Amino acid sequence: MNKELYQYILGIADNSLILGQRLGELCGHGPTLETDIACTNISLDLFGQVRSYFQYAAKIAGDGRTEDDIAMLRKEREYVNVLLVEQPNTNFAYTIAKQFLFDVYHLAFLKELMKSTDLTLSAIANKCIKEVSYHERFSSDWLIRLGDGTEESREKIQEAINDLWLYTDELFHMTDADTKIVEDGIGVDLTLLKDVYYQNVSQVLEQATLDTPDLKYFHKGGKQGIHTEHLGYLLADLQYMQKTYPNMNW
Amino acid sequence: MSDKNWPLWEVFVRSKNGLEHRHFGSLHAADADMALENARDVYTRRNEGVSIWVVESKYITASNPENNGELFEPAQDKVYRHPTFYDLPDEVKHM
Repeated sequence: MNKELYQYILGIADNSLILGQRLGELCGHGPTLETDIACTNISLDLFGQVRSYFQYAAKIAGDGRTEDDIAMLRKEREYVNVLLVEQPNTNFAYTIAKQFLFDVYHLAFLKELMKSTDLTLSAIANKCIKEVSYHERFSSDWLIRLGDGTEESREKIQEAINDLWLYTDELFHMTDADTKIVEDGIGVDLTLLKDVYYQNVSQVLEQATLDTPDLKYFHKGGKQGIHTEHLGYLLADLQYMQKTYPNMNW
Repeated sequence: MSDKNWPLWEVFVRSKNGLEHRHFGSLHAADADMALENARDVYTRRNEGVSIWVVESKYITASNPENNGELFEPAQDKVYRHPTFYDLPDEVKHM
């Protein structure tokens, strides 16, 4: 088993899994019927992508574990998503700000992953990129609407951007698995995405009449399995059925 | 949500090229761009369409059901307006 490749795939897929689960919480609770459906659609897109990644990871692991085992049966410390995606929805501004800050990264990442010499990964990236282009369009549009909206909406979205900004730098941290997989010509060198990311984000923030935060210190740890207190609760929801009724199928 | 509702929009979807747009339903949106995106999410998520039109409901002028008598009933006994009284040559397939 190629341990680094396996770990690399988890790194990609866990971001989509945890963000997808967060968005899924809005099912039936979105601010309007239309945004409720939009958010759960995006959630389902992300879960679909996760399936492709975990099917591949299960094949690489080759020890009988299935995609579901990998998704559902790990412990908190074994999830390697970035801290950004596990942050709570708090209010619609936070949901949009989190989605936007991730989407801009996700799109840039997939554009590079499409060039991977690993044909399975480049095929998955090829398939995902249309979905993620729409996600980015959706979250950018809403960011601009809220920022350039009423006084109240502007205040809320600025607060959400300021709070979540702390988690953006981690998107570009390279783990050992990342470095190894980049050397193999399979992975994406995240450090090369950083400048373009902040440029693109600032551009939309400007359009939304919002200030780009100026921070020197950032949170990190998700990629090493050290999470904020929010992930445990999220996993309790996600894993409930499999923990209560092990090996349950439907 | 505030008590101010977004305006209502009617959604028309073309299910495949060559067919006409059909009325699919309605939704709420703040403006035309949002109406299009909402329509995409609400009405085409199961691969129903290749093209979407949205129009704000207030721009649709509808006939009044009270006037149905004068508008539609006179046509009921004029079956000869259907082109079914002609012998069509077999070569004409689509009439």
